[in-house]
Amino acid sequence: MAKVTSLNVNGKKMTVDVDSTVSLLAVLRNDLDLTGSKYGCGEGQCGACTVLLDGAATRSCITQVGRAAGKQITTIEGLEKDGKLHPLQDAFIKADAMQCAYCTSGMIMSASALLSKNPKPNREEIISGMNGNICRCGTYQRIVEAIQIASGTT
Amino acid sequence: MNEQLDLTIGIESERYELFENPGYYFNFDRRDFIKAFGLGIVFIVPAARALAQQRGQGESGRGGSNERLPNDLGAWIHIDEDGGVTVFTGKVEVGQNTRTSLTQAVADELHVPIDSVHLVMGDTDLTPFDMGTFGSRSTPTMAPQLRKAAAAAREMLIAMAAEQLKVAPGDLRIVDARFLNHDKSKTLTLAEVAKGRKLVKVIPDDIAITQPKDWTIAGASARKVEAKNFVTGKHRYTSDIKREGMLYGKVVRPATFNATLVSVDTKAAEAMPGAKVVTDGNFIGVVAADQQTVTKAANAIAVDWKSPGQPSNAELFDLLRKTGTERRGGEGPRPQGSIVDVVNPPIGGGGSRPQGSIADGLVAADKKLEQTYTVQYIAHAPLEPRAAVAEWSGDQLTVWTGSQRPFGVRSELAEAFHISEDKVRVIVPDTGSGYGGKHTGECAVEAARLAKAAGKPVKLVWTREEEFTWAYFRPAGVIDIKSGVKNDGTLTAWEFHNYNSGAAGIQIKYDIPNTDIRVHQSNSPLRQGSYRGLAATANHFARESHIDELAHAVNIDPLEFRLKNIKDERLRDVLQAAAKSFGWGKAKPASGHGFGIACGFEKGGYIATCAEIAVEPPSDKEDKSNKRVRIVRVVEAFECGAVVNPLHLKNQIEGAITMAIGGALFESIQFENGKILNPHFASYRVPRFADSPAIEVVLVDRKDIPSAGAGETPIVGLAPAVANAIFNATGLRLRSLPLIPKGLTTG
Repeated sequence: MAKVTSLNVNGKKMTVDVDSTVSLLAVLRNDLDLTGSKYGCGEGQCGACTVLLDGAATRSCITQVGRAAGKQITTIEGLEKDGKLHPLQDAFIKADAMQCAYCTSGMIMSASALLSKNPKPNREEIISGMNGNICRCGTYQRIVEAIQIASGTT
Repeated sequence: MNEQLDLTIGIESERYELFENPGYYFNFDRRDFIKAFGLGIVFIVPAARALAQQRGQGESGRGGSNERLPNDLGAWIHIDEDGGVTVFTGKVEVGQNTRTSLTQAVADELHVPIDSVHLVMGDTDLTPFDMGTFGSRSTPTMAPQLRKAAAAAREMLIAMAAEQLKVAPGDLRIVDARFLNHDKSKTLTLAEVAKGRKLVKVIPDDIAITQPKDWTIAGASARKVEAKNFVTGKHRYTSDIKREGMLYGKVVRPATFNATLVSVDTKAAEAMPGAKVVTDGNFIGVVAADQQTVTKAANAIAVDWKSPGQPSNAELFDLLRKTGTERRGGEGPRPQGSIVDVVNPPIGGGGSRPQGSIADGLVAADKKLEQTYTVQYIAHAPLEPRAAVAEWSGDQLTVWTGSQRPFGVRSELAEAFHISEDKVRVIVPDTGSGYGGKHTGECAVEAARLAKAAGKPVKLVWTREEEFTWAYFRPAGVIDIKSGVKNDGTLTAWEFHNYNSGAAGIQIKYDIPNTDIRVHQSNSPLRQGSYRGLAATANHFARESHIDELAHAVNIDPLEFRLKNIKDERLRDVLQAAAKSFGWGKAKPASGHGFGIACGFEKGGYIATCAEIAVEPPSDKEDKSNKRVRIVRVVEAFECGAVVNPLHLKNQIEGAITMAIGGALFESIQFENGKILNPHFASYRVPRFADSPAIEVVLVDRKDIPSAGAGETPIVGLAPAVANAIFNATGLRLRSLPLIPKGLTTG
């Protein structure tokens, strides 16, 4: 079985030793101890595991790690720069856009991919861009608001 | 009130409002607080006093329960040498933001900034015993208890500071963690008072707590404490915990419910390098150093299960009605605290003595109505599935797990492994939600069993399919209502039978001279248990739909009809507040839109919900004959006494409304012959962004009324308001939840 021995995660080259068929989520969480990306369903249905692959929102639970090798992987741990929160992270706190917050990493990563494609989305574009992410606590209205704050569209 | 309750009782999901005593207490002598906490000052609250405070009354007089050891502890607060305040509570944080609201209560009472207060929660070695975090009890009971401890601590700290400053205690006050005398000529910080101390102080009993009108930190909005840890992914939920040498576990489940093991062949799995198979009775599990191996090994185990024939959705409601046996409050045998009883409690109690005569009431009526309402089983589907990390050290067991009952899980573990409870430590990290679904400890027991066999720490995280199948469900139910009304809108008779779904929210605030309200306990084909608001959703759905039908039967506006029959001022206030903000009575924005209203009360909260829906053509993917119902707008007014944190209360209410949309419109567990047919988010639809309406929350703040909890009751108004709005838009009366699992068939 093919092996993956190195990954680019959050701007750093990381050494791993895993089968290429293992899920990217398992490698991030178990091998690299980057546990901000969550397991929610393992089927790409809830978005809790969302990371960026070369900037595109990707469900890491259904992505084999072999497909991520050679790409820039960004996880929630990579958003904070020099001790300064990413504008989306700030906005989620400001809008109180979480309850249990288990979905929050995936929400922020999906939102960051959305904003990099469409820096000023309208409400409908936010809803359709985020509809693959589930928040069981039901904070959708606040998450929309947080994305509007971060994109300066409030 | 609770005199007849047994100390060893497990959770009865319908009796949250009855306060149960802990089954045992920590012994003060066993704990060397100074050693545990280091320097500083520890304030302790004796348990008996704390409980009396919780109840607002003295002891119940039940045999034996008066005899408290003087050193039983109900709460404790530690002030460290840096002036940091650590509070210990057995409550847990599952997203309801009780960590924030309890922090506010302590900061408010101690007069220190919020960020100087840290809560240690849900750790059975560090925190006082607590029955569990459920029933919306944290705000009405734990907050006053911690306030009392903090208030007493404040007064004792002032006395100590006065001694240090050589002033009279009456000359000192504490502002923002600083002690000041009248002209601020003498000051000390909290840290300066705690410095070098090594004290344990028992707080006096006669301390008054600050009333809501005088709150400064509570009563105002505060954002989630430690929010930064969540937006950066740093917070470690149970499923994120890693221990030295930890293995990953997996349990091999039966093919159906109630299956018995016939034979198992583990040879192929055992041959896999690194995999270890564990069998014990009906339990089959595997551990391995990585997730991939453990999954492969589990799949390689060949098991033959024998399964009895079991009911399906098609026969559910007949079954519930057929097996229903009446049970009034306080009657019948009580469940014991086993796992099965905890999740499958007899859901009875809460009905009430009949008033007047239904027959007379129906004779007096101009219009009579008899209808049946049903609700399906639904799943909690917390986004973090059940998870546990178990670690043995000799015969000492430590388990991290996401549970609403850390001490209950400790009991389950002690029982499962035949060890005493003081050998078991359960730690509950802030958890990825529960909604009443994480009261039991099966995942913890499984992880501990695997860890024991492996001789290493084991992490077990249930898959989504396991969570949808092997957890427990909100009870399904059948509700029959018979009623009478006069043409002027006066209600004359109300006969209400709830089969299986339970008693929460069954009592009425409508003034009706003749009532008969009963709860019937049925044989549930699926494992059932607590859920946010529990039966209050079913009972409100049936009652508020029926009230709407009666209003239409006598041609009276549904709001006016309710106000005519409700005297309770608190309920009238929320009804009028919601109607006003919603614009009840105004013209609908377009054809195909409908307005609906519903109201109710439960667990100290009063609620009124107005909904606007729109009937729209189906999307391309949907059945052409079935239209879509979109919830356009929801206005909900809520009153739960004095508001502790407006921001988080609004957040809770918005969340409850959003969660309620699933159960109202489309969530339904499909089952057949012992199998769950839709154990995935792809087949069990939960509300998403696109389902989310514009939500407006109206808070009615009653500073003259003690705060009630708010995590549950805001969920109950949405389903009936939406059903009534669908009727308003289409003339179709839908009496089953979910209302439109496959869209709206308009004929």
